[in-house]
Amino acid sequence: MRDLIRRLTWLDVVLLAVVAAAVAWVGLRIQGTLNYEWRWEIIPNYLLRFDEQNGRWVANLLLQGLVTTVRIALYASVLALALGVMIGIGRTVKNLTVRMLARTYVELLRNIPPVVVIFIFFFFLSEQLIVAFNIEGWARGIAQGDSAGAWTFLFGDMRLFPSMISGVVVLALFESAFVGEIVRAGIESVGRGQREAAGSLGLSRVDELRFVVLPQATRRVLPPLANQFISLVKDSSIISLISVQELTYKTVELVSSTRAIFEAWITTALLYFVLCFCLSLLFRRLERQGRTEMRA
Amino acid sequence: MAGRRPIIEIRNVDKYFGEFQALNDVSLTIHAGERVVICGPSGSGKSTLLRCINRLEEPSAGRLTVDGIELTGAKDTLRRVRTEVGMVFQQFNLFPHLTVLENLTLGPMRVRRISRSEATERARKYLDRVHIPEQAEKYPSELSGGQQQRVAIARSLCMEPRIMLFDEPTSALDPEMINEVLDVMVELAGSGMTMVCVTHEMGFARKVADTMVFMDEGEIVESSPPDAFFSRPSSKRCRQFLDRILEH
Repeated sequence: MRDLIRRLTWLDVVLLAVVAAAVAWVGLRIQGTLNYEWRWEIIPNYLLRFDEQNGRWVANLLLQGLVTTVRIALYASVLALALGVMIGIGRTVKNLTVRMLARTYVELLRNIPPVVVIFIFFFFLSEQLIVAFNIEGWARGIAQGDSAGAWTFLFGDMRLFPSMISGVVVLALFESAFVGEIVRAGIESVGRGQREAAGSLGLSRVDELRFVVLPQATRRVLPPLANQFISLVKDSSIISLISVQELTYKTVELVSSTRAIFEAWITTALLYFVLCFCLSLLFRRLERQGRTEMRA
Repeated sequence: MAGRRPIIEIRNVDKYFGEFQALNDVSLTIHAGERVVICGPSGSGKSTLLRCINRLEEPSAGRLTVDGIELTGAKDTLRRVRTEVGMVFQQFNLFPHLTVLENLTLGPMRVRRISRSEATERARKYLDRVHIPEQAEKYPSELSGGQQQRVAIARSLCMEPRIMLFDEPTSALDPEMINEVLDVMVELAGSGMTMVCVTHEMGFARKVADTMVFMDEGEIVESSPPDAFFSRPSSKRCRQFLDRILEH
């Protein structure tokens, strides 16, 4: 600590002072003009609530939303990874049609705002698919079945399953374009000499990809993929627009019923921040471990 | 070489990279067991010619026959030829994510379809041959350049090819490591392997070559036994080239 103080230069002091002044000024403005009555005491109750009937603590709106967000992010990233790897490989193969299709997919999804993609998908496709596969009826069946508990643990309230599935699919579609670009960059980063060496041994194209290119590409794409996963967690807030009951949607609900606008949104911001920041710390640690293992 | 079977036949091959003509009507016949050294100034097309032999480059015109198989675009003939033709690159091109042993067993296991134990046994045999049996468990990045290039030679030999191609195998090496690689190549030449080497190591060429080929501007300018080649080259371009690289 003393070391830190000794290392401060006058520039640091000035910068810190400016930041502190700015924060204080904004705080005073809000206090003076907003005439806002802070009610922080109501927030904890919306995270955890004591259920009188069962005599135990249960998750309330905000925590329910957070859990749904985590679930959706998890499933969507698995799906996005699977799609993205296919797209990424598709962009590097010899066959022109495959390459063009993959490229079209990526360009379409990258150059349309996510909100628009989500609405288009939701109104045109999602409804059709849910009806076509009778997902609604299937989910209702499960909710009444024996293993309802396990399903609820995995997917939350089964009555909301159809909406959750559209959320997962739409998010995965959107993110898979970016994952695909990361995978493509990874594949292309493996030098031409590696492919030539594999080819001159007589390896088939599939073997070349499987044993030579992809293992090397994987190591290089893990850090950007981790970043993309964190982006996905943040982007998941957009699917509140199609009434998927994740954290952002629940916050909107909370605000409209309590009018605690600032408290609710600040709390939600904190929840997202903690979730994403923990993830990035975790990935950084894994990355460091991976690097030492490679050296060994 | 009369009476021996031709194993590589190159007939009137042209190669263009866009507008640039890298090979101009090149014809060359190489016989089984023959050791050919190709030299020439940089950009003369020697590497391109070598890479056409296992079709890392596709000729723009002309015909190429390797071990009786005509090289066309067809996938199955391509793979058959590539398993019979080993290639050693200037930059080694070892697989950095695999150990030395795994580098050596990948081809035999996936292409020749032999068992892991058999492939491992074979790999150890060839690591012995290139004098680094003790490095089997290491990763390529832990080896010196000369050791890496010897592993690359062993990797090609593990496929038990009939022909070995060397594309400037010592050009990326520090001077003190060149000889350990050349020694291995001289030993290989003694074993009767058909070899085509692009190199500027004229001492090596004198020692092992049956035929010297000099290329310039995409053409074969001279092709003769080493005695004649070094003592009385018939073309002026070849004489100038030799003067330039032999003066030290």
